[in-house]
Amino acid sequence: MHLVRELDLSRLQPGFAEPVGDAQRCFRGVLDALAHPGTIVELADLPAPPPGLGAAQSALLLALADQDTPVWLPPGLRDAEAGHYLRFHCGCRLTASLADAHFVVPASLAALPALDDLRPGEPEFPDRSATLVVEVAGLATVGALRLRGPGIETEAGLSVAGWTADCTAFLRENRRRFPLGVDLLLTCGASLAGLPRTVRVDREA
Amino acid sequence: MSVQDGYNFAYLDEQTKRMIRRALLKAVAIPGYQVPFGSREMPLPYGWGTGGIQVTASLIGADDVLKVIDQGADDTTNAVNIRSFFRKVTGVATTEQTREATLIQTRHRIPETPLAAGQILVFQVPIPEPLRWLEPREAETRTMHALREYGVMHVKLYEDIARHGRIATTYDYPVIVNDHYLMRPSPIPKFDNPKLHRNPALMLFGAGREKRVYAVPPYTDVRSLDFDDHPFAIERWEQPCALCAATDSYLDEIILDDAGNRMFVCSDTEYCAGRQAAGHKGALAA
Repeated sequence: MHLVRELDLSRLQPGFAEPVGDAQRCFRGVLDALAHPGTIVELADLPAPPPGLGAAQSALLLALADQDTPVWLPPGLRDAEAGHYLRFHCGCRLTASLADAHFVVPASLAALPALDDLRPGEPEFPDRSATLVVEVAGLATVGALRLRGPGIETEAGLSVAGWTADCTAFLRENRRRFPLGVDLLLTCGASLAGLPRTVRVDREA
Repeated sequence: MSVQDGYNFAYLDEQTKRMIRRALLKAVAIPGYQVPFGSREMPLPYGWGTGGIQVTASLIGADDVLKVIDQGADDTTNAVNIRSFFRKVTGVATTEQTREATLIQTRHRIPETPLAAGQILVFQVPIPEPLRWLEPREAETRTMHALREYGVMHVKLYEDIARHGRIATTYDYPVIVNDHYLMRPSPIPKFDNPKLHRNPALMLFGAGREKRVYAVPPYTDVRSLDFDDHPFAIERWEQPCALCAATDSYLDEIILDDAGNRMFVCSDTEYCAGRQAAGHKGALAA
């Protein structure tokens, strides 16, 4: 009852204008980004996101989250409009437990959760693992991060605003655990880059 | 062309597509690992490419150009049916030209024309588990993959050598993807195995009856298993294609009469037709 009182449908932002085609386009964008780490995919014609989420960030949750995938939002967003938005449009459960979440939406790169707190999958089922969707302040294809691994012909460059040594350490530890691990999607407004668990990252001094 | 009334775009409901899409994303992130998914009943029986169709249906958008091949041919039953199915339920453009296609669904071949970055190849897979005939228990094969306990596959190849003097496996030849998972490349001839290695296209595999999807991302190392003294080698033919004179393509043997006469022709019909149109003429070309 508490929830129903709080939820003001007249203020809720609309989701996809064309749910079938828009979800397909967003998914292909995510697939493209994960299959080609270091490339930046631009998603077009996205619905306005709720406060606290980016356009691509909220659109890819619209495309991929549903009743089967608990989503973790920072406590400040969970009970706010962003939480209502995802609950209404995706029908997903919002969880307060990182260990349950299929999609984890940290507030920023600086607030990346500890790898040990996330679902890493099981040795027999490494797919039962979390996907992180992080909004960053800037993404560019030339930059300090050198990426190698599946999906990259030789080496790819990526620059991510707000990237720290802790983030590099996070990805390295994640890579070391392969095939267990989590997969990272970085969003910046309508753009999107993927860092699957297979990616090897080096940072230029 | 209008889309069939009463059906969602691409036949599957949106909930099913989301589930398959999530499985595909994990498959790309864990190259060669078989991701379980909730395979749906399709309007054709298992064994006719239901896994590939479900993968294609989850990928396809209005802008895609679809090519479907069956053993390399655009004009055999399975390819014609699947192509017309997608025309009916999506209205997308279809093509026989490998270069024009954004999405290629294939049964048991990789096209001879090299694939380009941005293209997606979807394989129809009957049995996804490479260890299945060596270890029937699913729980056991899962553990073997987790421990990378693949010695038994080397034993099988060794037994080939002991019995036949060479590795007699000619299709579905086991590969190691990205130095980790043992993968069954669906029953493509081993001729096509080298094309898996560092291919610029994204390769996705769907097994409908066995309810598994898996992937080889672009530019991923794919190594065919072998031994130092019995290195992996692809099939060779003593004669070129009888129609287009190609010496670099996979040839099908066709029996011509009761007297034992035969001809060898390209299994990839588009490649063969393209070469003939360009003026290449084989021994039996009209």
